[in-house]
Amino acid sequence: MKHPLGLGDVLCILLFGAVVLGLFNWSWQHVPAQEAIVRVGGKIEHRLSLRLNQTVTVNGALGPTEIEIRHGQIRISRDPSPRQYCVQQGWLHRAGQTAICLPNQVSIELPTATHSHDSLSF
Amino acid sequence: MTVSVSNLAPSQQDQYIARLACLGIVLSVVEAYFPSPLPGVKPGLANLVTLLALEKLGWRAAVAVNLIRVIASALWLGSLFTPGFFLALSGACGSLLLLGIAQYLPKPWFGLISLSLFSAAGHLAAQCLLAWLWLLPSQGLLYFLPFLALSAWCTAIINGWLCQRFLDPHHAPTS
Repeated sequence: MKHPLGLGDVLCILLFGAVVLGLFNWSWQHVPAQEAIVRVGGKIEHRLSLRLNQTVTVNGALGPTEIEIRHGQIRISRDPSPRQYCVQQGWLHRAGQTAICLPNQVSIELPTATHSHDSLSF
Repeated sequence: MTVSVSNLAPSQQDQYIARLACLGIVLSVVEAYFPSPLPGVKPGLANLVTLLALEKLGWRAAVAVNLIRVIASALWLGSLFTPGFFLALSGACGSLLLLGIAQYLPKPWFGLISLSLFSAAGHLAAQCLLAWLWLLPSQGLLYFLPFLALSAWCTAIINGWLCQRFLDPHHAPTS
């Protein structure tokens, strides 16, 4: 075997390398979400458009959770859950993102256009 | 010794396939114990055996070696018919499919590194498709895909190069 690396091999390496770079580029182009679903105790409480700046308060198991929408983004600005994970998640704006306040049983979800399942309910 | 009831004599080809499959099973099992930074990121050393089979014995032998390897190593690891097994099986089918096409690439220019890259691409594509259709029908997989593809690209180049070295008479061990 005289040529350990043929011309076609170099071509293939570059071609597949380009596909990998393309995948990086493609998978990080995110579709901005249009609306948010607010659930309390698993039941849908609100469907909120992200185009309308507003603050909504819902009552969870522990107390009131404050949800804020501003400039196409949504966050949980106040929640009685002890660890504050959902508050620390900050602003959400991409389709597919979620924030869950567990002890308080409040969640917000930005659904994708063709939403079917999540990994917990297949 | 039990007298064989069949009159099937294994041919030379059968014995080569069995030997390569054995090697592949060992590599698969060893690899299963490698720590992995991300689920799905593996060196894919067992694909070396498939490439060797393809190069030395042809595509049909590569299919036999790979399928025997996947099923037998699953038996060994106790993962037969688990999701992991089906992911491995779909990966094997995808890589064999692309190898079946890529084997017709003109030889002097396209060596084992090209074949290894096609094999890895088929493996990853089939696996991700199955994972997406069956296990994780969400967008979460999309964030992993570039990293999996990058690792597949690196390991495919290394494996192709290794396999080429194995087949190179200049590097063959002299006994």
